[in-house]
Amino acid sequence: MTVFRDLSQHILDIAENSTAAGATLLHLDIEENPSRDHLSICIRDNGCGMDPEMLLRVTDPWVTTRTTRKVGLGIPFLKQTAEMCGGHLDITSEPQRGTTIEAAFRLSHIDRPPLGDLINTLICIVVGNPQLDLVYHHQVEAMDFVFDTREIREILGTEVPLSDPEVLAFIRGALIEGVAGLGSEATNGT
Amino acid sequence: MKSLEELQKIKERALERRKLAGEGARARVVVAMGTCGIAAGARDTMSAVLGELEKRNIADVVVTQTGCIGLCEYEPIVQVQIGEQDMVTYGRISPDRVATLIEKHVLGGNPVEEWQVGK
Repeated sequence: MTVFRDLSQHILDIAENSTAAGATLLHLDIEENPSRDHLSICIRDNGCGMDPEMLLRVTDPWVTTRTTRKVGLGIPFLKQTAEMCGGHLDITSEPQRGTTIEAAFRLSHIDRPPLGDLINTLICIVVGNPQLDLVYHHQVEAMDFVFDTREIREILGTEVPLSDPEVLAFIRGALIEGVAGLGSEATNGT
Repeated sequence: MKSLEELQKIKERALERRKLAGEGARARVVVAMGTCGIAAGARDTMSAVLGELEKRNIADVVVTQTGCIGLCEYEPIVQVQIGEQDMVTYGRISPDRVATLIEKHVLGGNPVEEWQVGK
């Protein structure tokens, strides 16, 4: 049972939870490490968090905070994908402080979905959530790349949104260049 | 990161464009990004929306996302609102439908009846 084609769709899905939790800052850390046969994705937000009781139940597919449907699926899907690939999923959360989700995979596992279209995923997160800042840190072996929307907003001020077509082209260019420079398996487009 | 000096110039041009376009957004486009939407391809749909606006250099259409709106079987769902008019909800908006939707409704002001849901 795989609903998502790539791991970037999981990232988008978890980021949507953060938005729903009222987060204003999202840290995304990705590490690809072929020499340790390891891939990890860590998403940390400053949203409303969960109490210990909710936290225990959150990997259960029948739990959701949504009101439009009675089951939640995003976190259980990611947990299942990670565990299927020789990895694991860890969640820590504190009410009023935020939630951290870390998924780890065996990089070479035959069932591991590709990272996939990370560039458009990041753009969807950035543009779709105007109230959210993203700090994206990606490491491949000893190389790393950091992209921080706060730096961009500092220059743009409050009048020009990140979704302005020319700003967006700039952001896309910066992300493509950064990710390509790492030699990451992530792609631009599906 | 790419040159922040370049971004400063982009900012000046963007401010100029916004001055020409006048106050407020001409339209709002909302893409549903719940688990159901993402599984049905909402990321590609949103990318197509942004790509289309970028291609036409349109700065006064606001694109945002929302969670599941309870019409999972019709995902990917896109909603369009022109000015203060009622929001129109469209279903099964795959990337190949996006150019038509932008052309006819977002820019032309004429809703595409056959793709609407929940009427």
